[in-house]
This record gives sequence, structure tokens and C-alpha cells, in this order.
Amino acid sequence: MAETSLRARRGPVTYLLRTFVLAYLAVLVVWPLWEVASRTFAPLEQGAEAGLGAFLERLQDPSVTYAFGLTATCAFWAVVINTVFGVGISLLLTRYRFPGRRVLSVLVDIPMSVSPVVVGLALVLAYSSGQGWFGGVLESAGIFIIGSTPGMIMATAFVSLPLVIREVVPVLEEIGTDAELAASSLGANGWQTFRRITLPSIKWAVVYGVVLSLARSLGEFGAVKIVSPGAELRGETATILIQNRYTNFEEPTAYAAAFVLVLASVLALVVVSLIRKEDRS
Amino acid sequence: MTDTLVAPAGPARTTSRSSGLLRLTPTSGVGLEVALVWFSVLVLLPLAAVVGAAAAGGWGAFWGTLTDAQTFAALRLTVVEAAAVTVVNAVIGTVVAWVLVRDQFVGKRVLDVVIDIPFALPTIVAGLVLLSLYGPESPVGIDIVNTRQGIFLALLFVTLPFVVRTVQPVLIELDADVEEAAASLGASRATTFRRIILPSLVPAITAGSSLGFARAISEFGSLVLISGNTPYRTEVASLKILKFIEGDNQAGAAAVAVLLLLVAIVTIVGLDLFSRRVARRG
Repeated sequence: MAETSLRARRGPVTYLLRTFVLAYLAVLVVWPLWEVASRTFAPLEQGAEAGLGAFLERLQDPSVTYAFGLTATCAFWAVVINTVFGVGISLLLTRYRFPGRRVLSVLVDIPMSVSPVVVGLALVLAYSSGQGWFGGVLESAGIFIIGSTPGMIMATAFVSLPLVIREVVPVLEEIGTDAELAASSLGANGWQTFRRITLPSIKWAVVYGVVLSLARSLGEFGAVKIVSPGAELRGETATILIQNRYTNFEEPTAYAAAFVLVLASVLALVVVSLIRKEDRS
Repeated sequence: MTDTLVAPAGPARTTSRSSGLLRLTPTSGVGLEVALVWFSVLVLLPLAAVVGAAAAGGWGAFWGTLTDAQTFAALRLTVVEAAAVTVVNAVIGTVVAWVLVRDQFVGKRVLDVVIDIPFALPTIVAGLVLLSLYGPESPVGIDIVNTRQGIFLALLFVTLPFVVRTVQPVLIELDADVEEAAASLGASRATTFRRIILPSLVPAITAGSSLGFARAISEFGSLVLISGNTPYRTEVASLKILKFIEGDNQAGAAAVAVLLLLVAIVTIVGLDLFSRRVARRG
């Protein structure tokens, strides 16, 4: 085909650009990643043991297992909340007419663009028992959000809030309402229509959104740092642990924990591309 | 393959047409109320509390905080760095997208995954990743800790995918006929690119750049370990907020936070309006 031959024509510029892009990505991303991996298994520090055994041993330290456990807890609840809320609000935005619908659709996107520090500060100013708007009321009810796990779950849920919505809304718009209307005209109630018609068609979008939310939640740092006490065995999540250990010159542990999170992110990338393929076929 | 971990192409938002939508039933009405309550508790009220705290001391206090020499230096550094990174990304991001779409070579799919890594990595890990190669024990002898170049590099890393991922799909969809026609009329490849291809990429480059700019302005995690947080030199806005919080100056923190919030909102609303306009024209 003529167009392919035109586009596939290669001059010196083609090779120049290719070399430039490869070099840029190597220096910016690939080489640093490689360096992290090699430091994880062969620390530079004096007396630090090398190898897979030493790496696994560092991860079994009680403060490290606590940190990953806390990260998992926060991520789990944030994902559950965001999935239920995300699917619900996507249905409302695409299927119903109500005043303020467009404003709401813009508002739900804000959490992604707000600086994590601002998210943390916002939650503190609203809910801390000292200075928060609602802190006093909550305190008299015996509820403490800031400095405890519920606050950290809220911070995590805040930053990953739009991810499910962003995946589900386009699919809901694309499939339209014909099948749903047909189902309800044949006597299906709302729940039946949702479970038998809507859910199967948004299934992959929901799974995709969940994976994205999970990846984002596992790695959240800034917002959680501000609402958490952030001390060892007390509110120290995996990402906070990395910062604390690195600044305390315990680099081997910092690198070991970071490597686990790198693996988790790469795994998420792979799963996401597999889902996309599944979705297309 | 154009899979992206976090679709930076921007929000897939509902269309403005409201025909064919249902009226709220009692059940969906309750659902809407529950959703709105949760959204307010989680997002709207806390953000309102930030605005409230910034406004509590009055305009004078707010303005005083922002124009305080040290805070102002941090704000200026943040904006300058973010703008510089945005310009670099607009050019390099377009080049990367071009190579990913038009070039064919072994290992191109790996490259496509590499682009997503900066989005997928937790920000603190991104900082550590850069420090392992460009830190105090750098095997190449470059130490970026507590330098403005270090901040620049970190921002370049975390914003890498934005322009690439917005330009890439547009390049794929681009109609070959127009290029063919230009070439057959005697246009060189450079002219074809400048006159035919580039204009159709501009909306995507603009969208990607503004998302990248917003991200760079608000970046925190990847800078924590890299920026030495030295006043007037390497202190950026988000770290300044942290310093205010740690110094128990909530009003100061809120004042800077309101600025960052404003940038985020302007970006989102601007992109929403911009994409609607482009969609109407196209």
C-alpha cells in the first residue's frame, strides 16, 4: 500500500529520533530502575548482606511486616469504598437527569489533581480533634479520625476516588440504554436489570478501575503521611517506612521495601494490559 | 498498544446532552443522596475547610503569607520548574509518541510499558529510584540531592507519560490521505509535519501539557528525598505546606494550599471546556 510505504520510509531522521528516545528513556527510567534492583540485592553499605536471602530477611522485620499490613488494610478499604461509590455515581451520572449533574461530573475529577499534601491538610482541618471543623463533635462522640487508621483510609480513598468512575462512565455511555429499557419493559426490576444487563457489560471496566485504584492506593504517600502518626509500628505505612528508613541511613531496608512496591506496580501494569486484551477479544 | 495505567487523556466525562436520561426514581434518589453525602464528607467539606482556614485571618493575612519572602521564593521556584518541565515534555513527549507510533523496531512494546512506569510507581519510590543513580552514592558521579536540577529531574520523571499518552492516540488515528496528498504535491517531510501533522496534534499536546503542569505544581512524594528543602533555594510549594503543618501554622499551610487547589481546579475546568470545544468542532 502506498501509504504504508510513505510512512515506513526511513531516513537519517528516523534513526536519530529513535536513538534519542531510547537514550532519554534509558537515562531517565530504565537505568535508575536497574540501579534500585541491584542495590536491593547488593547493598553498597558496609556490612550489609547481599542476596535474595538477606532481602527476604529485611522484609520479615516486624516493623516492615506491620507497614505492609497497614498499607494493605488502607488500600483494601479504599478500593472497596471507591468501587461501590464509583459504580453508583457512574450510573447516576450516565442514566439519570438531575440538577447539577454536569457540575458533579467535573467535581468528581478534582481529587486526582489536588496535591497529596493539600488532601492531607484538608482532612486535618476538617476532622482533627484539635483544629478540625468537626473535630470537637467527633471527639465528644469518641471518634478519632486523624492520627488513626480511618483517617488514613479516607486519605487513600480521596486520592484514588475518580479511577473507577473514569473507566466505567465511558462504557456506560457507549452501551446506551436500549437493553436496559428493554429489560425493564419486560418486567425486570431495577436490581435485576443492573445485575443481568448492566453489570456484565461494565465488568471489565470495573475490574480495570479496581486494579488502578489498588495500585494507586498501595503507593499513596503524601496524603497518608499527613494524617498518620507515621512512627514505627504506629501508623507507618510501606511508603512512609521507605522515607523514614532512607533518612535514618537504613538504606538496605528502604530499598527492599521499595523493590516490593516496584514489583507491585509492574505487576499492575501487566495485569492492566492483559485485561485490555481480554476486553477487546 | 496504547494501554495506559492512568489515562492522562483526561477525564472521560459525561456528555452534555441530557436527552434519553431518566428522571430520578425514589431508589436512585436515595442513592444520589448517599453518594453526595459521602462525597461531601470525603472531598467537599475538607476542601472547604482549607479555604475557610486560609480566609479566617482575612485578606491581609492571606496575602501576607504568600508574599512573605521565603514563601514567595518557594512559589516562584515551583512555577518556574513546572513551566520548564512542561516545555521540555511538550517537545520530548511528542517525539516519544512519534517514535512509538511511526517507527518499527524490536522491543518497541517494552518501550510502551516503560512510559507507564513513572505513573505506576509510588512517588516516594520514584524519588528513591532517581537517587539510586543520581544520589549521594551515584555510580556515575552525579549527585542531585538538594539542587534545583534534582527537582527538575524528579518532575521530568513523574510527568513523562502525560504528553506521550495524549498525543499517541491522535497520531494513530491521523488520516494518511492528507499526508499522502501533501507529499504528492511536493511537500518535504518537514513541511508535511509542520503544516499537516503538527496542527492536528496541538490540542492533544495542550491537554497533555496542562495535566503535566498541574501535576508538577502539586508534586510532593518524589521531591521529599531529593529536594533538600533549603529555603530560597530548593524549597517548593508542597514541601512548604508540610513545613507549615509541622510548625503548627495551619493558616499558612492553608494559604499555600488554596493556591495549589486553584491551579488544580482551573486545569480541570479549563480542560473540560477545551475538550468540549474541540469535540464540537471536530
